[in-house]
Amino acid sequence: MRYLPLTPEDRKAMLETIGVNSIDDLFQDVPQSARLDQPVDLPRKKTELEVERHLTKMAKKNISAGEAPFFVGAGAYKHHVPATVDHLIQRSEFLTAYTPYQPEISQGTLQTLFEFQTQVAILTGMDVANASMYDGSTACGEAVLMASRVTKRNKAVLSGNLHPHYVAATQTLAKYMEIEVEVTKADVSAQGDLAAAIDDQTACIVVQNPDVFGNAHDLSALAEAAHAKGALLIVAFTEVVSLGLMKSPGEMGADIVVGEGQSLGVGLQFGGPYVGLFACRNDRNFIRNMPGRLAGETVDADGRRGYVLTLSTREQHIRREKATSNICTNSGLMTLAFTIHLTLLGQKGFTHLARLNHETACQLADALSGVEGVSLHTETFFNEFTVRLTKPAKDVVEALAQKGILGGVPASRLYPGQGFDHDLIIAASETNTQGDIDAFVAALKEVL
Amino acid sequence: MAMNSQGRPSRPVHGVDPGAYPDTFSGSRGLDQAEPLLFERGELNNTGVDLPELKGTPSRLGTFERDANMGMPGLSEPEAMRHYVRLSRKNYAIDLGLYPLGSCTMKHNPRLNEKMARLPGFIDVHPLQPESTVQGALEVMGELAHWLITLTNTKAVALSPKAGAHGELCGMLAIRAALDAKGQTHRRRVLVPESAHGTNPATAAQCGFICDEIPADDTGRVDLAALEAKLGDDVAGIMLTNPNTCGLFERDIIKIADLIHKSGGYFYCDGANFNAIMGRVRPGDLGIDAMHINLHKTFSTPHGGGGPGAGPTVFSEALAPFAPVPYVIQEGETWRLVEQEADAEGEPFGRMVAFHGQMGMFTRALTYMLSHGSDGLRQAAEDAVLNANYILARLKSVMTPAFDGTCMHEALFDDRFLKDTGVTTLDFAKAMIDEGYHPMTMYFPLVVHGAMLIEPTETESKSGLDRFCDTLIGLAEAAKGGDKDRFLAAPIHAPTKRLDETRAARTPVLRWTPEAAE
Repeated sequence: MRYLPLTPEDRKAMLETIGVNSIDDLFQDVPQSARLDQPVDLPRKKTELEVERHLTKMAKKNISAGEAPFFVGAGAYKHHVPATVDHLIQRSEFLTAYTPYQPEISQGTLQTLFEFQTQVAILTGMDVANASMYDGSTACGEAVLMASRVTKRNKAVLSGNLHPHYVAATQTLAKYMEIEVEVTKADVSAQGDLAAAIDDQTACIVVQNPDVFGNAHDLSALAEAAHAKGALLIVAFTEVVSLGLMKSPGEMGADIVVGEGQSLGVGLQFGGPYVGLFACRNDRNFIRNMPGRLAGETVDADGRRGYVLTLSTREQHIRREKATSNICTNSGLMTLAFTIHLTLLGQKGFTHLARLNHETACQLADALSGVEGVSLHTETFFNEFTVRLTKPAKDVVEALAQKGILGGVPASRLYPGQGFDHDLIIAASETNTQGDIDAFVAALKEVL
Repeated sequence: MAMNSQGRPSRPVHGVDPGAYPDTFSGSRGLDQAEPLLFERGELNNTGVDLPELKGTPSRLGTFERDANMGMPGLSEPEAMRHYVRLSRKNYAIDLGLYPLGSCTMKHNPRLNEKMARLPGFIDVHPLQPESTVQGALEVMGELAHWLITLTNTKAVALSPKAGAHGELCGMLAIRAALDAKGQTHRRRVLVPESAHGTNPATAAQCGFICDEIPADDTGRVDLAALEAKLGDDVAGIMLTNPNTCGLFERDIIKIADLIHKSGGYFYCDGANFNAIMGRVRPGDLGIDAMHINLHKTFSTPHGGGGPGAGPTVFSEALAPFAPVPYVIQEGETWRLVEQEADAEGEPFGRMVAFHGQMGMFTRALTYMLSHGSDGLRQAAEDAVLNANYILARLKSVMTPAFDGTCMHEALFDDRFLKDTGVTTLDFAKAMIDEGYHPMTMYFPLVVHGAMLIEPTETESKSGLDRFCDTLIGLAEAAKGGDKDRFLAAPIHAPTKRLDETRAARTPVLRWTPEAAE
């Protein structure tokens, strides 16, 4: 087997050194009844070429985003990733390193994490950010737990326009932590009066911006309402590129900001691995209650600047059952992809990219509004909006797929049985050409 | 002085004390190049990406627009390349050498896995595309599920957990759901051996359980009598790592499973060390009810400097109905994704995460499994155990093994051999850095004083292990021989000297700010 360096002679010599007769002797602690005397019933080893054929065959059964006019969003977005990013994240020293527990030989990872934390803080308009969570949805759940610890309250209000997967992941995390989670009613074009749901038992209110249907909101008034009752405002986002054009959550008064960083550097990857962003205000109590790893600056024995993982008394390997979270492995390599992409963009490229996305979406919305049977729900949006169709969106999307167009996400897939059957969530990005938009419009006319 | 034909000296000059060299003007030291933060390197108006011109369509965001001056510099492509390549060179990596972190399974990461994961049909597919356009992706999930279920002899698997700790949470939430379904809401106590990973008690706490520690016996395994004494009507289950964190197989594991089941609880097995037994033991045959599998350990998906991982969690028949959504099923030739609890057959405890899990890790792990085959996986486990025992055998006379006898895939030493040398486990580990090795896991498990946990994995050659053992023998003898300074100053050959972790925690600097830079 090509990955196993030991030769039969090596094995024999090593068994001798150990002082046993056979490899079976090393498995003597396994109860007799559980010992397998031959390999399990699965295929035997394959050459590289055989494996490649097998996987390629499966890959070819999928329609990839790059081969079709593509308008699918609702939590994950298609963007162009510069070739440099993928080259750099495949550097052995980044790809095959472990968590930087030995800082003297992990400065590469640690410095990039410090840079990542800084970039996330800048984007979100917050003071500090951690070294990542698994993804946006789990970051959201952890933020609710943190808000409950910080405020010592046990009620969380989630906007119905928060991505339903984020709601579900949060409910799962909060379920046994004695946190009561209230979800307001979802509404395609408005968010309702969230402030009314806040009382003096509320730990936090969680709002997505732009929301799952694409509506952009000014959250300043909500922040004030929350703060007036002693509750925290948690702002979530699924499209990090929106932060290049829209007011940052920090500017609008958020206390904790969580989001999905997939749009930068990471790619679609059928849902994972992604990178969860987590930022908050610079408040001792907040930082002490943050989940996940933090990289921090320090000096070495010669006084030279260096970086280490820090404040780890919050974490499971030190604090065990009293830890702020059970998270250990996070999204290391994806933070690197994110930070390299953002470094290449800089604020100049990032704001330009955001504007380009918004322009394309406006153009798409105008084009689709001209199709009979389509009405636009969303007035103020970034690069994603929702339309109401005269036919069920699920059928329309399937019919579009048959024509080679990936035309969005039926809202009913996220909100089954809640009256959204005719609503279609559509995303645009800098990857869409005028040809894509024309093809979408033409196909939609045929389908509707 | 020796000269070549151009008059250039062709031999090094001898007799100069290297310690007498002053610091360099640049701050770099040869190939170890100093690299500032990108914020200090970059310019606000610089970018390494060319984008199409804007058309000038008016924004529809009105008052929601932000100030374009965010204070976030960029780098051109060549500058960015150098910045990150220079930083990369300050990292140790499995591709550079032995990475003997016990409990972490740092094995070779085959590049075929990377290539397969990057096929456009996998990497460039959206999780919410219509099912008809992602049949191959769902098939990968189905095939991976089949391998994991077969290797463990279990009933079902949840693929969505994003890492080991997330898999633990998945397993424990299923246990809680199963207990709730039986109306046994009073069962809240979870037994956790004191040698457990920190994630175990942290996970139990996140499920609203109370942890009760079980001591180890003097062979490094669960003290069966102590366990029996702790059983009762309020016990929800046990979280047990097997092979355990001392690198030992729990001989009484079937008995432990029986005891737990008889008392009405469930058996969660931490599968972090599955690499030791894959293909030789099926955890389902040991009586486990749930176990996560770290694809980034056992199935070689790269650790990436701390992630991403993937923690698929397998379930026994008793817990299978409570597995979370989503999961894949096959109907005839068609693969389907069950995304909603209402569409599921059993009583899923909910959803753990947006979308379907770490697809990029699924393709890598499946590639790894197909490459090895069932015969190769079994051989890999055997070689992992053989390599660890070889290290144990070669080092046991100079270092002090924590327990007698052979081990599984990792060899555990304590710090008795360093007694009265003035050298600690930490010092010893830092001296390994100077020798060109990543240190072993240190001070874990907590049940052993000054623990050093060495896991070589199966992808090391005998000659590589010999060089490693020779080095450790050299260090151990140096420590015993009174050469304390070598250890206390270490590392001196790394990109940085020992870093001040106390200072980092006391005055946290968690980001760059322009003010601080001035």
